[in-house]
Amino acid sequence: MRGFRTVSRYFRDALHGVFRNFSLSLASILCITITLLVVAVSLILSSNVEHFSDSIRKDVTVVVFLKNDTTSEEVEKIKSELISIENIERSSIEFKSKTDSAQELKEGNDIFSATVDTWTDDTNPLLDSYMFKVKDIEKIDDTVKQVKELSLAKDKINNINYGEDIVHQLIIVFNTVEKVCVAAVIALILVTSFLIANTIKLAIYSRKREIEIMRLVGASNMSIKIPFVLEGLFIGILGSIVPILVTVFGYGSLFDFFNGKLFGSSLAMLVEPMPFVYEISSILIVIGIVVGMIGSYFAVRKHLKI
Amino acid sequence: MELIRVSDVQKTYKTGTVALYDFNLSIKKGEFVFVIGASGSGKSTLIKMLYREEKPDKGSIIIGGINVAKLKNRKVYVLRRKLGVVFQDFKLLPKLTVYENVAFAMEVLGYDKRDIYKRVMEVLSLVGLKNKVRQFPDQLSGGEQQRVVIARAIVNKPKLLICDEPTGNLDPDTSMEIMKVLDEINAMGTTVIMATHDRDIVDKMKKRVILLDSGRLAKDIEKGSYCNERF
Ligand SMILES: Nc1ncnc2c1ncn2[C@@H]1O[C@H](COP(=O)(O)OP(=O)(O)O)[C@@H](O)[C@H]1O
Ligand SMILES: [Mg+2]
Repeated sequence: MRGFRTVSRYFRDALHGVFRNFSLSLASILCITITLLVVAVSLILSSNVEHFSDSIRKDVTVVVFLKNDTTSEEVEKIKSELISIENIERSSIEFKSKTDSAQELKEGNDIFSATVDTWTDDTNPLLDSYMFKVKDIEKIDDTVKQVKELSLAKDKINNINYGEDIVHQLIIVFNTVEKVCVAAVIALILVTSFLIANTIKLAIYSRKREIEIMRLVGASNMSIKIPFVLEGLFIGILGSIVPILVTVFGYGSLFDFFNGKLFGSSLAMLVEPMPFVYEISSILIVIGIVVGMIGSYFAVRKHLKI
Repeated sequence: MELIRVSDVQKTYKTGTVALYDFNLSIKKGEFVFVIGASGSGKSTLIKMLYREEKPDKGSIIIGGINVAKLKNRKVYVLRRKLGVVFQDFKLLPKLTVYENVAFAMEVLGYDKRDIYKRVMEVLSLVGLKNKVRQFPDQLSGGEQQRVVIARAIVNKPKLLICDEPTGNLDPDTSMEIMKVLDEINAMGTTVIMATHDRDIVDKMKKRVILLDSGRLAKDIEKGSYCNERF
């Protein structure tokens, strides 16, 4: 009971401390608010960039052309074998007959349309094909190799096409973009932590006398640190309120405004707000609290030497 | 009974100044001791080592069984709870009222609210400030502020009260009032050590006087006075 009363008193004293030194606390709170806003924006941006690159990567399609003499049983057999390959996205497997392809060609281009009209089933130079997408694009080369090793591959697969050159470049570019984004966000979080810790250090410096007197009248170092660290906790929470509100409501309305995609392109889909904004919010409040508490801890500790 | 024993203490500051040399001193429980000497003679250095604001680089300081010279930083509070400190520059918290400033010293030790109220009102009436509990420090005169500091210093009933020029910023009449309060506290059993360079006070009080000269103990006189010393 006494322990509980001590704990609740620590919390009450800490809240008291925040408001008693409100102008100082306000400086720290504002600093946290502003820097966390920047962190929130950068997190949202980099998440969306990652999302774009993910959706573009997911859009890479492998086309397996089948030889003309492939029977319909063999076509089915190939499908069942494709399904058994781990990295192939099952639902994306699609069969396109050469007639379908010719029709597509005809609709897509006027010049071709006349030519295509002259084709009969026998003279159609196109091939039946399977198309599929992969789960992990980094393994696309292995997956294609697996397809080439299927039991029917040697006799029935004409060739496989997946724009190797572009895909390889894509992988490199997106890997770099992602790394840059992650590095930028981490750097930003570090700078933010440094700024917040420094503001707290200044705020606590001007309460040096209070700390000195606490020590003078016999407060143990631990009992001096606890209220300041708890104040850091409250300041962290108060400082993350605005950035969290901005994230939750701001991103939500931005998403609605753009109808969920940039440039009207289905390749530039924005990240769905739920539960994304809550994930960002938790990151923000954790940064606020952790930096607030650790910053306060080290700032007080400096005044407790000798 | 001995309360303080200072043996062979030497203190050199980082700047190279040696503030105290081969210092030896013994103070009994219940004594009232003046520490006098010219400015720069080492009075404050001695005082600071007693409450472990500074550490000696040689020798030992035993206060009530605690070896202050060897006290670890995180154990300093054990010593501080046994003594009260009063300064020339008060060191009050400007945003707290008189009552809160004094209560602060009990709060940080975790006392119960009701006990705090009782004891704070008790010491505030002892120093004659019962009717100013709600004032803030900047609404008080220098003498009144110093009484608040004294009240805060004794609120936890320390065995020892250490004062560094407590009357340094006060006029003679106010100074004498402060001395009356300190004498009363001493009469109730608290040992008092006070550094000062105020001749009148020392002469009038007729207490034990320790004279410092350039960091050395020059004289130690029972019921001494300032007049018969030359420096
Ligand atoms: N923090 C310090 N750093 C360096 N030198 C100091 C410090 N404090 C005091 N001194 C020096 O130590 C000597 C004694 O000072 P002090 O104890 O303050 O004397 P007093 O209180 O009798 O005037 C002086 O020469 C002073 O300049
Ligand atoms: Mg001095």
